[in-house]
Amino acid sequence: MSTAAHVLLALLAAGPMHGYDLKKAHDQRLPQAKPIAFGQVYGTLGRLERDGLVEKRGQSREGGPDRTEFAITDTGREKLRTWLETIETPAPYISSTLLAKVVVALLVDGAGQARDYLTAQRRAHTARLRELTAVKTDPASSPGDVIAADYAIAHLDADLRWLRTTLERVADLHREVRS
Amino acid sequence: MTLLQARGLVKSYGPTPALRGVDLEVAEGEILAVTGPSGCGKSTLLHCLSGILRPDAGEVLYGGQRLDTRSEADRSRLRRTDFGVLFQFGQLVPELTAAENVALPLLLAGQGRREARAAALTWLERLDVADVADARPGEMSGGQQQRCAAARALVTEPRVLFADEPTGALDALAGERLLACLTRTAHERHTSIVLITHDASVAAYADREITLRDGAVDPTGLGADIAPAPTGGRR
Repeated sequence: MSTAAHVLLALLAAGPMHGYDLKKAHDQRLPQAKPIAFGQVYGTLGRLERDGLVEKRGQSREGGPDRTEFAITDTGREKLRTWLETIETPAPYISSTLLAKVVVALLVDGAGQARDYLTAQRRAHTARLRELTAVKTDPASSPGDVIAADYAIAHLDADLRWLRTTLERVADLHREVRS
Repeated sequence: MTLLQARGLVKSYGPTPALRGVDLEVAEGEILAVTGPSGCGKSTLLHCLSGILRPDAGEVLYGGQRLDTRSEADRSRLRRTDFGVLFQFGQLVPELTAAENVALPLLLAGQGRREARAAALTWLERLDVADVADARPGEMSGGQQQRCAAARALVTEPRVLFADEPTGALDALAGERLLACLTRTAHERHTSIVLITHDASVAAYADREITLRDGAVDPTGLGADIAPAPTGGRR
């Protein structure tokens, strides 16, 4: 089951909601995440209902769109608890677009190309790091914004350290190849 | 407006070059981060800019006036009145309370006791450590000590604060609180800050960042000039 499905279950754990309100609550709780599409909300609710994790409550159609309210079931609560108690496997597969590009650059065009890419990528990473730091220092930012910014900053920082080390490795490689 | 400027700074320790022609400018109220790996010359640069060290060549201008050619006594006076310095470890006097530590630079400058204490309390408040005003360093957390040290560096209302790895000994949240206080001070009171750090996430608090590498400013700002091939790379 997807992370988004678990987040929707968690939102329903606080009380029954319509699909529309769920979408709003999702985007509000995870302000820096990609907003969830209505289609995904309804699709996910359908699957959760099929699996007995949520159930329909009242339905009203006061001249507007379908207003079906969904509630979490006991099975749903159990499922959520199990998910929260399950430790995520740390870095099960070492793959990322950044890594793939460096490997491909080395394969196709050698160290020079890889170095150019790494340099440009570092610049983009640094710019994003500054943007997110500004989010953290903005007094108007919500705790959700700050926690999300922390998460992204920690990952960007790790990427930046890797980019720096890789630049140095590639420079060594470049020297070896050219000498 | 440019407040502090370095032109072609060169400094060696015996045969070992630490700075090999550094140019930089710091505007009034600007936070400039100086980053780079250890041994790249960051601390030597800070010492030259603050007038602690004299460069072997090049010049340092403060408010448009040469700083490096002034007498030791003159530079020392300037460091007390116009500059503040904050190191990785706060170096508070262990026998004194936070308020006494912060008031110290004012007392040494001849201010009255009551005035100095009032100013100290104001700065402790600004750095969110008013609650430990009467505590001694041993009774405070590392983060509180460092914010007291920042208050002491700022109590003389310096125009430039030199901060050398100020969060180096702090955990992430304590470091963040200190940086938030420093950036707020810079922006509200137009204090320029030269922030020395090896940490990209600390440098991200600055308005601008330069990178030193082997004693010179990396022109790409991002360490991109790393070892171009001697036979000529493709760039």
